[in-house]
Parts: sequence; structure tokens; C-alpha cells
Amino acid sequence: MLTAAVVGASGYVGGELVRLLLGHPHVELTQITSERLAGRYVYSVHPNLRGATRLKFRPVSELEPVDVLFLCLPHGQAARQMEHFAALAHTVVDCSADFRLRDPAQHARWYGGETVLPEWRSRFVYGLPELERDRLRGARYISGVGCNATAVNLALWPLAREGIIERVVVDVKVGSSEGGARASSASHHPERAGAVRSFAPVGHRHQAEICQALGLEPERLFFSATAIDMVRGVLATAHVFLTRPLDDRDLWQLYRAAYGQEPFVRLVRDRTGIYRFPEPKILAGTNFCDVGWAVDDHGQRVVIVSALDNLMKGAAGSAVQALNVAQGWDERAGLTFLGLHPV
Amino acid sequence: MSTQVATCPECAADVPFEGDVLLHEIVQCPECGVELEVVGLDPIALDLAPEVEEDWGE
Repeated sequence: MLTAAVVGASGYVGGELVRLLLGHPHVELTQITSERLAGRYVYSVHPNLRGATRLKFRPVSELEPVDVLFLCLPHGQAARQMEHFAALAHTVVDCSADFRLRDPAQHARWYGGETVLPEWRSRFVYGLPELERDRLRGARYISGVGCNATAVNLALWPLAREGIIERVVVDVKVGSSEGGARASSASHHPERAGAVRSFAPVGHRHQAEICQALGLEPERLFFSATAIDMVRGVLATAHVFLTRPLDDRDLWQLYRAAYGQEPFVRLVRDRTGIYRFPEPKILAGTNFCDVGWAVDDHGQRVVIVSALDNLMKGAAGSAVQALNVAQGWDERAGLTFLGLHPV
Repeated sequence: MSTQVATCPECAADVPFEGDVLLHEIVQCPECGVELEVVGLDPIALDLAPEVEEDWGE
């Protein structure tokens, strides 16, 4: 049993990590931090956890050594304090974007300024097991993933690794929890409820993460993001123009080869029924990413559709899964929730 | 009980059969979920079953 702490546990990703770690068979959650809520019980901001633990928030300054440290801090803060955090724990899982991009110039372009000591950037392994499982085994420093990037990366990986993407146009439809736990005028209920808001038609930060993960040149990726009236979830619709035509059976073969043994990627491409394609609604709280497709007879286009819970497979769930891989545990440990239906 | 395996014409997955197999029997592919009709027995051959259109406007 390893001890763990969650730094920045008052946010939505932190709250999900607390929930997952309280149910993890190999982890004992011993500390959670929040500057704003120091001294208060966890259920004061995560009411679903009432009765599950008597843990109270404490300030980071009172953090004691643990085996595993999960960092859920705003971008830039983990990097600035990395030496301090590394001295407290053998293993660090950072859920921010501070260590995701290998190229410092790309990080500076998309996240504004290099705050990471150069030696630290190379120590972190990107925490998406489906793409980085071998490098994650035994890893001490793990970078969390971007939620939208993960939906796109898992949608496109089987095609990208074949080198058959001529160009791809992706739109992600996302829920309001992507905006974090802090309220803003944009999240005010009269403004947010019922919204279909194109908030990043171009220039979304996750483009760099997608290109890095898929080995895709930036000029081949066109990415847009739209906020919709949903709390959790990402639906990615990727219009892929291929270098050679593929039919349904080809796609089954490619996607089954990539994901047939994956515990958290499911292929959803039914001819009948209501859920013929992936849908985020039934994935709330789970670590699944569902992937499906349709072939367009007009031109060499296929439409790849993926869905996930942005707080789970898009953040906290992948972080726990990556830790499971790093520690050599069952990859499903702590992540067995199958979701709700109807919901 | 013997197990026979046929191939789904939709997604090329293995479709297992246990026991007696009937001509025109309707089965479901375990992977892509499509309904399949048994159109041959020796060996087992499958084709897409006729689809019932859904009334989305009901």
C-alpha cells in the first residue's frame, strides 16, 4: 500500500482524484491540500464524498512526505515548485500542462513562458497509457493529459500510426466542467445554460499536444472547440481525409489492432439502436473512451467520433491509470465504475 | 458441446456458435452488434440480416 496526497484537491480534477484514490486497492490517501479551504473537510466542496473520509484540507506548506503526489494546480505552479514537490515524494503525477510538451518552444508558445527547469521536462512521461505504456512502466514522473487532446488522440491514433492522415478537421463539443471550479461571468447560469458557444474556433492549446502525441505536422491538423450545455464530457468529431481509401472492414481491422486489448477504449459502431456512435452522456464518471466511425463514400473521408468524461479519462482517470501502469498494478485498479444508464 | 466459429461480414470478428445451428437463424455479432443471418451451414456462412427501419418520428 502506497501513501498518496492530492495537491490542489478543491478543484474538479482534484475532487475526482480524491474519489478515485479513496477506492483504490493499493493506495492510502493521507493528505489533501487547498490554501483557500485549509482546515475544512473535503465534503465541504465535494459533497459526493460525505462520509467517505475524515480528511481535511491543509495548506501546501504543511504537506508531509508521501509515496505518490498528485498535483492539480493551475498551469505554471507545479513547474515553479517542482524541486520542492520532488523532495516530498518518490513519484509525482502532475495533472497540469506544465510537463506535457517536450519542446520548450512549443510550451512557451501555447502556455506563455518557460517556467520549467530544463532537466525536469525530459524526466516526465506523457500519461496516456494507450500510447506510452512501455515508457510509463516504472516511471517516477508522469504528466497528466489534456481532456480534448485525449479525445482526439485516441480517436486518431490507429490512423496516425499508419501514416495515412492527409489532413484532419476536428471539432470537440465540451462540457462546462472543463472551465474549472471557479465561477466567471462566462459560467454564470443565465449565460452558460443552453449555450452552444464556439469558444476556440482556432488556436486551442491542445493542438500542440495532439500533434506531439500523434506525430502529426501542425499544418495537417485543424482544430475547433465548442462549449455546449453539458456538465461533463467531450465529443470529438474528426473529419479525416486519408491518403488512401478505407472501408468499414479496414477500419475495424485498424481499430481492433490498436485497441482490442485496451481496458478503457471501446469500439462503438453499431448499425441499430440508440447508441450507434460514442456519446459522452453514458460515460460520466467512467474511465472509458468510446471510439466509432463512419465512412463517407464521397471522397476519401472518414468521420471518427470519440467520447469521454473530461474529468476522468481526460484527466483524473488517466492519471490513476498511468500510475497503475507505472507501479505494475492491474491497470483497472480504482477505475472499475461502469457508468450509469439511464442518466 | 462443439463450438464453431464464423466470420462477421461487417467487421470480420469471430462469431462463435455452440450446439445446433439453424439455417436462417438470426444472431448478433459480439463486437459490432450487427444482426446476422445464417445463410449456410457447412461451413457456417453469415450475411447481414434484413434491417427493420426505426421510426424516429414516432
